[in-house]
Order: sequence, then structure tokens, then C-alpha cells
Amino acid sequence: MNVSYRWLSDYIDLSGIPAEQLAEMMTRGGIEIDSVPSRNAGVTGVVVGYVKKREKHPDADKLSVCTVDAGTGEDLQIVCGAQNVGADMKVPVAVVGAKLPGGLNIKRAKLRGVESQGMICSARELGINDKLLPKEQQEGILVLPPETEIGRDILDVLALDDSILELDLTPNRSDCLSMLGVAYEVSALTGRPLNLPDPAKDIYSAAEVTSDYVRVSISSPEHCSLYTARYIKGVKVAPAPQWIQNRLIAAGVRPINNIVDITNYVMLEYGQPLHAFDAGKVAGGRIDVRLAQAGETLVTLDDQERKLEPHMLVIADAEKAIGLAGVMGGANSEVSEGTTDIILESAKFDGSTVRRTSRQLGLRSEASARFEKEVDQDRVRAALDRAAGLIARYAEGLVTEGVAEAEVSAKQPAVIDLSLSRVNGMLGTELSSLEIKTILSRLQFKVEASGDDIWKVTVPSRRGDISRDVDLVEEIARLHGYDEIPTTPIEGPTTPGSLTKPQAIRRELRTILTGAGLHEAISYSVTSLPRTELFAELAAGAKPIALAMPMSEERSVLRTTLIPSLLEAAAYNLNRKNNDVALFEIGNVYHTDETTLTRLPNEKPRAALLLLGNRRTAAWNRTAEPVDFYDAKGVLEQAFDRLGLTGRISYEAAQPAGFHPGRTAAIVIRTERGSETIGYVGQVHPETQREFDLPDAYVAELELEPIYEYADASIEYRILPRYPAIERDIAVVVDRSVAGGALTETIAASAGELLESVKVFDVYTGERIGSDKKSVAVALVYRHAERTLTDEEVGEAHARVLVQLEQSYGAELRK
Amino acid sequence: MKERLEALRSEALDKLQTVADAAALNDLRVHYLGKKGQLTEILRGMGSLSAEERPIIGQVGNEVRAAIEAVIAEKQAGFEQAETARRLQAETIDVTLPGKKSAVGAVHPLNKIVEEIEDIFIGMGYTVAEGPEVETDFFNFEALNLPKNHPARDMQDSFYITDEILLRTQTSPVQIRTMKAMNGQTPVKVICPGKVYRRDDDDATHSFMFHQIEGLVIGPNIRMSDLKGTLLQFVREMYGSQMQIRLRPSFFPFTEPSAEVDVTCAQCGGSGCRMCKHTGWIEILGCGMVHPKVLEYGGYDPKEVTGFAFGMGVERIALLKYGIDDIRHFYANDTKFLSQFAKI
Repeated sequence: MNVSYRWLSDYIDLSGIPAEQLAEMMTRGGIEIDSVPSRNAGVTGVVVGYVKKREKHPDADKLSVCTVDAGTGEDLQIVCGAQNVGADMKVPVAVVGAKLPGGLNIKRAKLRGVESQGMICSARELGINDKLLPKEQQEGILVLPPETEIGRDILDVLALDDSILELDLTPNRSDCLSMLGVAYEVSALTGRPLNLPDPAKDIYSAAEVTSDYVRVSISSPEHCSLYTARYIKGVKVAPAPQWIQNRLIAAGVRPINNIVDITNYVMLEYGQPLHAFDAGKVAGGRIDVRLAQAGETLVTLDDQERKLEPHMLVIADAEKAIGLAGVMGGANSEVSEGTTDIILESAKFDGSTVRRTSRQLGLRSEASARFEKEVDQDRVRAALDRAAGLIARYAEGLVTEGVAEAEVSAKQPAVIDLSLSRVNGMLGTELSSLEIKTILSRLQFKVEASGDDIWKVTVPSRRGDISRDVDLVEEIARLHGYDEIPTTPIEGPTTPGSLTKPQAIRRELRTILTGAGLHEAISYSVTSLPRTELFAELAAGAKPIALAMPMSEERSVLRTTLIPSLLEAAAYNLNRKNNDVALFEIGNVYHTDETTLTRLPNEKPRAALLLLGNRRTAAWNRTAEPVDFYDAKGVLEQAFDRLGLTGRISYEAAQPAGFHPGRTAAIVIRTERGSETIGYVGQVHPETQREFDLPDAYVAELELEPIYEYADASIEYRILPRYPAIERDIAVVVDRSVAGGALTETIAASAGELLESVKVFDVYTGERIGSDKKSVAVALVYRHAERTLTDEEVGEAHARVLVQLEQSYGAELRK
Repeated sequence: MKERLEALRSEALDKLQTVADAAALNDLRVHYLGKKGQLTEILRGMGSLSAEERPIIGQVGNEVRAAIEAVIAEKQAGFEQAETARRLQAETIDVTLPGKKSAVGAVHPLNKIVEEIEDIFIGMGYTVAEGPEVETDFFNFEALNLPKNHPARDMQDSFYITDEILLRTQTSPVQIRTMKAMNGQTPVKVICPGKVYRRDDDDATHSFMFHQIEGLVIGPNIRMSDLKGTLLQFVREMYGSQMQIRLRPSFFPFTEPSAEVDVTCAQCGGSGCRMCKHTGWIEILGCGMVHPKVLEYGGYDPKEVTGFAFGMGVERIALLKYGIDDIRHFYANDTKFLSQFAKI
């Protein structure tokens, strides 16, 4: 809503409160003002001139030489380039010394040898948005009404000496979608009285009776609670008076003709949209408000044929639909130049019905925006009379006696119980009864005592947003001033603040993974369908969850795994020459077994990581080292160490989809329930890498719920060893297929409790031991906690190890 | 014999003056003082001396030995010093060349902000509550006083999956879930961070996925003045003790009264600059007293308890705090962007 400061001054005395100050006052009171532009874009010295004579320029086809009386005492000679300039016209004239928007200064000049003492202006040259002008005025110079006084300042004529308050209304304050609503608000803020228009005084009834011309009915009472109409005879369709046009333009509405302009003017003034039908085109003098019939169509005022649906509310005559209620009129009953009699409509249509229709047809207008938010039923008749009066006066119409109307129900005002203790208890203030009553009466709310400091407050119908005591508390708070509310600490028992275990572990993981050199990524939770199918085992058979109205194919389905997001991030980085990428993400994937959701999906928290390029870049003193599988695994091992999970975790060779079949491990956790795979670590399958245009990339993804459950940060201190250890290294030759992890597990199991640690320190493959063999070198450390070990004891344990390795894997001791 | 000892001394001292290195010095030591050295050789003849002469010669011998040893020790020290100096010289490196750092990653800036805000409220006695990102229409809208057909609710603005299930458009449904989980108990003091989704075209200031963090307090006597006190404390811990807040009346369906909150512009300290559009204030959050209907949906009697809630956009706070030019940077995961947030 754009509010003209000058127009607002009609209803309330704004002297001493300049527009900027008013804007600040309103913003602090809850009606936010975005900006306060001046309507004058930089015009001075432009006056109304009368073109006495127009002659062709002797040396230029497109120019003319005009003799203009601009009230300066002598005729001016002005060269003009516009085609529409003519003798006997009132036009804006920038005389010598005038200034125009854009820093243009008007000087005496010679144009193709002819002297010009000024400039005849177009609307655009005066800084007026020409989209807001009647079509015939968008080209050429601005032609003013013939009665305009010569020499008058154009700022005054066009009301450019004005500021616009641009309201950014919250959805509850639709009462301020009208000049009167804003005036009520300003009156409450300033305490100044209102000067409201009296709609009845302009009604000039003819001797004729409305019911002889039009009857109205409501066939669909749940969608329309009040419909009123007046009949106006003998109107003359012409441009509206300049002051009405000025106000419409100030509000951002384009003037069309006096009838339409007056309905728009009253809509802006009262917040009540009105519509005028050409009575000659309304069959049978009948108007009915009904739902559309199946298959019905209507050509609306914008010349579009609309297919109507049975939930849409229409205005119909005896034969056909003539308008879409609250949305747009029909072309078949449009007011045109030949119109003589009109039926003027003012009604209350149900907001959600109007909203549904306007959304569905993509037709949104100033009228529908107001109906959607529920107009004030108490203003329906007042707005009708106000418009009828203006039409009688400015379109020479005769208003017939009486109003044709159908009313389903009148709206009862809200009466709300309020107490002093509720107000102060809610706000933390110490307001007095008097202060509260004063604030409410400034809003013109009626306050009646119903007990000691308890009241019944009657809310006027214009404030449909107020229905509960808390709504009144807000009114009191905002008019008292939010700044006046004190600042207090919460009273009551103190509460301990904390993170839950999963929240704490998630933070711990961030610390561990960033410490390992990985940056944390956040990527979109929605992706494309094919992306959800890349890593089938990680998606675990989840059905895709698709958005009903996605913005694009790439973001149409909820993700089922995290890795594809990291692969996209890696590709993005490579395109920007970030060649070493180390990322992790902690986020949810969304799994369901339902084809159509009837319950919420399972949101599984997961962590994923990606390594690509070099572990470390080359420097003056070292070479670059490319990352490999063991870097990715090492990051996980480190995390499991820190989270006290290492004892529960094992790795098994696996071939899940999307991964390199020879370079991937399943991550298995051992719990009381048994062993369960909680994720994978491996190289991305070369085909998948190609799809993302990536070089070798190593990734991991794992479920966090088991981690949350089993992570154990408790530290069990072990006494430092007091007796020496005995170290034995062995190298065994086994088939290549034998897993190193299995060897060390077998060693640990067979060596007995003297074994303190076992560690692979070399793996060799080569011709010397046969192409299908490998040699694994292992360091074993034996120690007894309470005494020094003997060679014999170690020898026995060591022999058991060798025997077991031979039996289990055919391992031979490498010579 | 005394003469021979004196001669030995002067010969040894002469030779020691010109000794070239540690090895030659050692040779001389063996030659003069070793078990089979010259001094021992001479003193071996002491057996033939008289009882009177023997202690005298013995003393002379000791003096000679001491004199030679002293010089040797001095020379030895000199050589060691020279050797150390040579080694230090040889080992000198260019300390201006870069060191060997291990790579360090960065927590995502949005999570950095979330953790910071969480920690402030944990210090004020709050716990952290989370809820599903895929929500029911009931929790996301209806229980928050946004019934179907409410003007502030638009199918076009939300990512629906079915008629009843959608991606949550706000973290506020966590308020309802928390209240229901509390089963009517007070006090409630939670902070709820999370991802939310709106059907917005992405541009420099809009993202269809973004993060919110909101707080909820419910108790028998919670007042709007407590809300102001809480927010002032938060803002001062987050931005500094000089900060002020300003509440402006606003509208949210789930709070009444409602307010938008401005803080002193950190850029100019309130004097007005480009960042705050010369107002001295920056809008950072929305808040209000929990609407009675919302309390009812959460299982509380609005006559018995009151509450306040507040919420803020994490991206906006991060954009303002770091001066980031485009919201889309948060989701591109460009390592050049992310690595800038590695500082503790």
C-alpha cells in the first residue's frame, strides 16, 4: 500500500509531523514503512501554459513552433518536438530557469535557427512513471484538462509536492490497506482526532427506485455474506478530475475513466473493492452470486477466456456469468464510452474463496488482495454510497432511490475480557488502568468495566485481526512503546544447560575430522533421482521421496546417501582448480519403504568423507604424496580411536555398488546384537568417477546412530610397564588372497595373553616368492606385567603362532 | 734426571704449541704422558735415586706432568670449540623457508555460528532440541496457528511431498514437538537449530535450503520483559557488551505480541553506515510471546503458563558477521571458501 501524505492529511491533521517523522513513528508502532520517496523527482519552475498557436518549424519537419501563454505576462515562443501538441491546449511548460529531473536546466536556446523560450514537457520529463498514465497520455507531451488555470505551478496541478509512505504490511494488518485504516492508526499513534468523509451527503437520489432496475440475490451464502448494489442512470464516461487521477497515480493505480477511477479511489479510501457493470449489458436486471457451473467459461476484462470450475464464485445476470466475484469483471458487462447506466457493486466475498480462484487463474489484483484478507463488512454500504456520490458528482449520474442488497449475516463485533494483571503479567510492565484505557480509546476500542481492573473491550469491525486478550496486549504494548517494556531476567529455578550425547559426538567428530585436515561441507538435501541410485547398498533399498513441485530435476528427490553430494562438490572444486580436495559432511539421509509417504521417513544421521588429489602438496623440501585408500581408512581409524570404538570395529573386503570392487571395505561394528555393517570406505568405482569427471577419489560413508550409541569416551588407565618387552619379527609367505587383517587377528588369538601388540610393518609381492604369493612381515611384542619373560615362554607362544598361521593359511616362514 | 725432566717439559711444550689437530694432540699425549710415554720412561729410573732425591724428583716429575696436561687440556678445549663451531657452521639452514605443517580443516561457517549460539544459550541453562526436516503439515503449520487456507500459507512457497507431508519451512515445529514431549512440565528452555526449506529462487540473498535457530521458554510467569532480557544478554555475548537491542512490533501467527529485533550495527557502532542503511540498526531476529493457541496445541493451559519464542536465520548472521557477498557460497563447498574459516 502506497499512502500519499497529502491525501492522508484529508483525514487527520499532520501539521508538525513531516512525512519522514510520521514514517518513523508508524514503523516503531508496527506499521513498517519501507521508504518515503518524494513525488517530486526534481521539478521546479514548470507552470501550466496555454498553446495559442502551433506552426510548423520552417527548417524541421518534426518540430513545431508554439506560441504559449504561461501566465508570465508575455507570450513565449517554444519549439516542440512532440506530435500531439496543438493549439488550444493546456500543457506543462518549463520556462527559462526551470529545472527538470536528471539535472536538466532550461535555458533560452535556438533550435534549428528558431529561438525557444522554454520547453513543453511530457509526463516522463516531469519524473512521472508513464506506466501509471492513461494510455492516450503515454506518448508525447502531457495534455492537461482545459479548465486548468494558466500559470499555476505544475507541482500543485499534479500534486507532485507530496511524499509517499510505502507500507510493508504484515498479513494481520490488512486494515491498513485503506487510507481510512491508516488514518485510524495515525490517530491512535498521535492522539489527534479523525475527520472522516461522510458518504451519505453526496447521494442525489432521483425520483426513481432501484428495485425497478435491479434485484440481487445470493445463491451461495457460504461464500458471500453481503451483496449490495446501486443503480446510477445517465452517466457520462470521461476522464476523472485531475485530483482523483493524481491520487490514483500517487497510490500506483493507473487512471482509466471516471467510473473505474472512482471505484478504485473508493477502494483505496475504504479498503472495499467495488465494481461497475454496464447496466445495459446485464440481462433481466438480475444479479445473483453463485458458484460457477460445470463447463462454464468467462472472458475477463483482460480479454482472456477463463475456464471456470465449480468452486469458483461468479456474479451472474439472468442468463450468464458477468464477473468473477472479487477477482475480475467480465468483458461482457464492461463499462465503455457508450455506457449510460451502471450497476455499482459493493460486497463481502469470502477471502479463501477469492484466494483460491485468483491463485488458480493466476489473476491477482488490488481487489483480490483485499478480499483475500477479509474486507470489513461494516464498510460495504458506506463505500457503495461514497462511490455513488462521487459518480453522481463527477460523471453526472443520477443515483436511484434505495440500495439493492442481500445479506446473509451481519458481523458481530468481538468483545474480549481483559484485566490489568493479564496485561502487566504478560509484558512485565507496571501500567495503570488509566493508561490502558487511554490507549484502547485512542484506537477507538470501547472499554467497559466488568470488575476491579477487569474490562470488556469491544473491537471495531475494521480490526478483524483482534480476537483474543493477547491481541489487545499487543495493541497496548505497541502503542505504549516496545522500548518502554523493561528488561528483566527470567524468574524461577535455574536449569542446567547441556548437549545430548549425539550432539556432543557430532561436535567431537567435527573436531577430529577437521584435525585430520578435512573441511566440513554442507550440501543440499535434495538431488536428482539417478543420484539416489548410485550407491545402492548405502541407500539400503529406500524408495525415492519426490517433491510434489520441485524447482528443477536436479533438486527433485530427497537424498538417500551423502557421497554423491561430496562427489559434486569435488567436481565443483576441480573446475575451480582446487586440485586437492578433502571434505566431510555430517547430515541426514532420508529413507522410506513407502512408495507414497503416509508417515514421516526415517531421517538417518550420517557422516561421509572424500579425499582426492594429494595428501600433501609438493614443497621445497618434499614431494607430493597422492592420497590412497589407506588415507581414507586412517581418518576413520583415528576417529574410532578417539571415540573409543576401535575395539568394536572391523573391516571386510566388500563390493558395494558405486565403489571399486577391489578397493573397498565394509565397516563392521560388533555389538551385543551381533555384527552389523554401518558403512563403507573405498575408492569410487572408475565408472562413477567418470560420470562426475573425477580422478581417483576415496570416500567413506557411515551411519552415526550406532556411533552415538557405542562411543565410549571413558578412559581406563593402565599401569606403565615395569618389566621389559621381548620383540620378535616374523615374515610369512601366504597366498595373495589372504587378508592381512585376518593374519593379525589369527596371531592375536593364538599368541596368548603374553602378546602385547602386533603390527604389520611390511608387505612384499614379487617374482622371488611367486606371483600369486605375498610376504607379510609382522612385529610382535611380548610382555608380562609382573616379571621378566624368559626366552622359553616367548618361544612357546611364538611357536603356537607359526603353527596356527600354517594351519589356517598355509603360511610359510620366509627365509 | 731433573735436567732430563726439564728438557722433556720444554720439548713437550714446544711441540704442543704447534700441534695441528685433535688427533696429533692425542699422539703427543701418548708420546709424553702415556703408559709407555717419555715421562714414564724417565721416572722409571727413580729406583736408582737416593731416598732424599726421590721425593724431589718425584715432585718435579709431577710438576712436568701437570704442566703438560694443562696445556693439553687447554689445547683440547680449543680444538673442541673449533670443532663445534665448524659443525654449527656446517649445519646452518635457511630459517626463513616455510615449515612443515599438517593440514587442518575448517568447521563449516554455518555450523561455527550454530555452535557459538548453542553455547551461549547452554550457558544460560538451555538444552538443544532437534526435530525432523520432513514434517507433517500439522506440526509445521496447523499447530503453529497457521490453519489450512491461512493467507500466510501458500502451497507455492513450500516443498510438499504429499498433501500432509512437506519439508519443514521453519524450525518452529520443534517447539510443538518439544512441548508435547515435556507433557505439560515446566520450565521449558530449548534452542532448536536446523535446516529448513522454502520454494524460493536462489540468488545472492535467497537459498531454497537454509538454516534457522530458534528458542522457546515456557514457565508459569514468563513475561515479554524476560524476552527482552534474554535477547539482550544473548546479543551482548555474541557481539560484545556495548550492543543494544531494539524491538519493533511485527506479526507472526505463532506469537502475540510479536516483534522484530534490531541490534546495534556492528560495522559503525550505531552511528549509521552503508551496511545498516544509515539507520544504525541491523535486523537479526523475530520473536514474541507464544500464542495461546500454540500453547494449547503443545499441551499447556494458556491461563496457567506463558512463554516466549525467538528465531533467527543462521545464514543472515553469518553473512553479516563475515561480510560474505553471496549466500550460495555456503552450499558450493569450494575449499577456497571453506578454508577461510579454519581459525579457532
